[in-house]
Amino acid sequence: MNLSALFFYLFSTIVVASAFMVIASRNPVHSVLFLILAFVNAAGLFVLVGAEFLAMILIVVYVGAVAVLFLFVVMMLDVDFAELRQGFLQYLPVGAIVGFIFLTELLLIVGTWITGAGAAGAIRSPIPPASEVTNTQAIGRVLYTTYVHYFELAGLVLLVAMIGAIVLTLQHKTQAKRQNVSAQNARTKASAIEIRKVRRGQGI
Amino acid sequence: MSFAQIWSTYIWPIGVIVAESLLLLVALLIFVAYILLADRKIWAAVQMRRGPNVVGPWGLLQSFADFLKFVLKEPIIPAGANKGVFLLAPLVTCVLALSAWAVIPFDVGWSIAEINVGVLYIFAISSLMVYGVIMAGWASNSKYPFLAALRSAAQMVSYEVSIGFVFISVLLCAGSLNLTKIVQAQAGPLGMFQWYWLPLLPLFVIFFVSALAETNRPPFDLVEAESELVAGFMVEYSSTPYLLFMLGEYVAIVTMCAMGTILFLGGWLPPFPVAPFTWVPGIVWFMLKISFMFFLFAMAKAMVPRYRYDQLMRLGWKVFLPLSLAMVVIVAGVLQFFGLAPK
Repeated sequence: MNLSALFFYLFSTIVVASAFMVIASRNPVHSVLFLILAFVNAAGLFVLVGAEFLAMILIVVYVGAVAVLFLFVVMMLDVDFAELRQGFLQYLPVGAIVGFIFLTELLLIVGTWITGAGAAGAIRSPIPPASEVTNTQAIGRVLYTTYVHYFELAGLVLLVAMIGAIVLTLQHKTQAKRQNVSAQNARTKASAIEIRKVRRGQGI
Repeated sequence: MSFAQIWSTYIWPIGVIVAESLLLLVALLIFVAYILLADRKIWAAVQMRRGPNVVGPWGLLQSFADFLKFVLKEPIIPAGANKGVFLLAPLVTCVLALSAWAVIPFDVGWSIAEINVGVLYIFAISSLMVYGVIMAGWASNSKYPFLAALRSAAQMVSYEVSIGFVFISVLLCAGSLNLTKIVQAQAGPLGMFQWYWLPLLPLFVIFFVSALAETNRPPFDLVEAESELVAGFMVEYSSTPYLLFMLGEYVAIVTMCAMGTILFLGGWLPPFPVAPFTWVPGIVWFMLKISFMFFLFAMAKAMVPRYRYDQLMRLGWKVFLPLSLAMVVIVAGVLQFFGLAPK
């Protein structure tokens, strides 16, 4: 057992414990915070297996962006804790089905891993040794050469989703006063100010 | 397992890392103490005041006096606050800000961890900094901190996007995510005219302004806009927790200065690769450049009035995002067309 094994047990213990706390804690904001802790420690596990690029992307995307939105939504909710506890039996069947599916899939994965140990290695693209290329370059090569069309397709799906979200929430308020910065900057002394001679006692 | 094995596998490596980290932390905290003083002095000089000049000669010990005062005061926790999260928020801010320094290279090989994804690590840490703000605002259980936390979280997330694109453009030129290699890619016979600030000047400007917004410095200090939201998300904080927020903020500012130095000002490289400049050790150039970057930050604070919130959002999403996105395409196109792309 060396140092990395020690850190492996540390990170994985925290991941499992905080994942449990996500579903166990009463306060939903605490749940999201535990979820973030689980993400960060999972990133630590990625670093230990040498996938440093994935680890950092996990933190930037999930913790830095997605979980912030989660936290926003959960914080804005008006949560009634007594009401939350009442619905437990009502949602139990749905939860049980989802849990059962996950468990079956996990068993299938573990089963193939035990019966056909080399199967996963045979279908994936070969991984270049870490001494030759960094894993950022290795991922880039696979993603932008072999799977470039799938990659662009995924980007297109995200773009459509983004446009859809904007269209759904966009409201054209005719009443609202908007600032037109270019028009403001284009104003000159000649167009903005008019100098008049005012006679005493008459006004404009 | 004998004691010698335990020593060589556990105690010695951990001991070395702890010793290096402690050395870096102490040096960094002293540097930050003087950066804070410099901030106040520069601000005072612009306004033709003297600034702090009572504690120690020329006020040099002012930051340490402030530190003692913060530590010795009574920490007050509001009765309605969520106590755990309330106390966790300043810790998160401070620890994250300090942990970014693990990958900053002061010279070739002078970093605690030289990792291949150094830029991404810094980016990940700075994207986590937003949690300190949100957690503090929510846990205070009070209206002003909550409103301030929401809008400052939106601000920090917005400007991260353009900083990300600036990073990508620099990475395209340097061909590596490793901070040391990015600095080495800027070395050349032209000296300071070959650092990325000149060929990527628009990006340097975008980076500088986004760094101001990301670290909540004026003119983007809407986080604690004291004229509107009392003191933003820090309203309920006092004594040491408040000190930790301040410390985290200033360490994050120095981190951004260091990132600007590494990405655009050639890190530890001397301005010209000829004799009198090359005699000076790299770390001196590095610290001088960080100080220069911070001087720009301080001057921006002293001279520019605060942005309105909608103007801030407009600048981030409608000006900087398209501009930095276009720069990524232009930089990539130019590198590819002229065959300059690093192999």
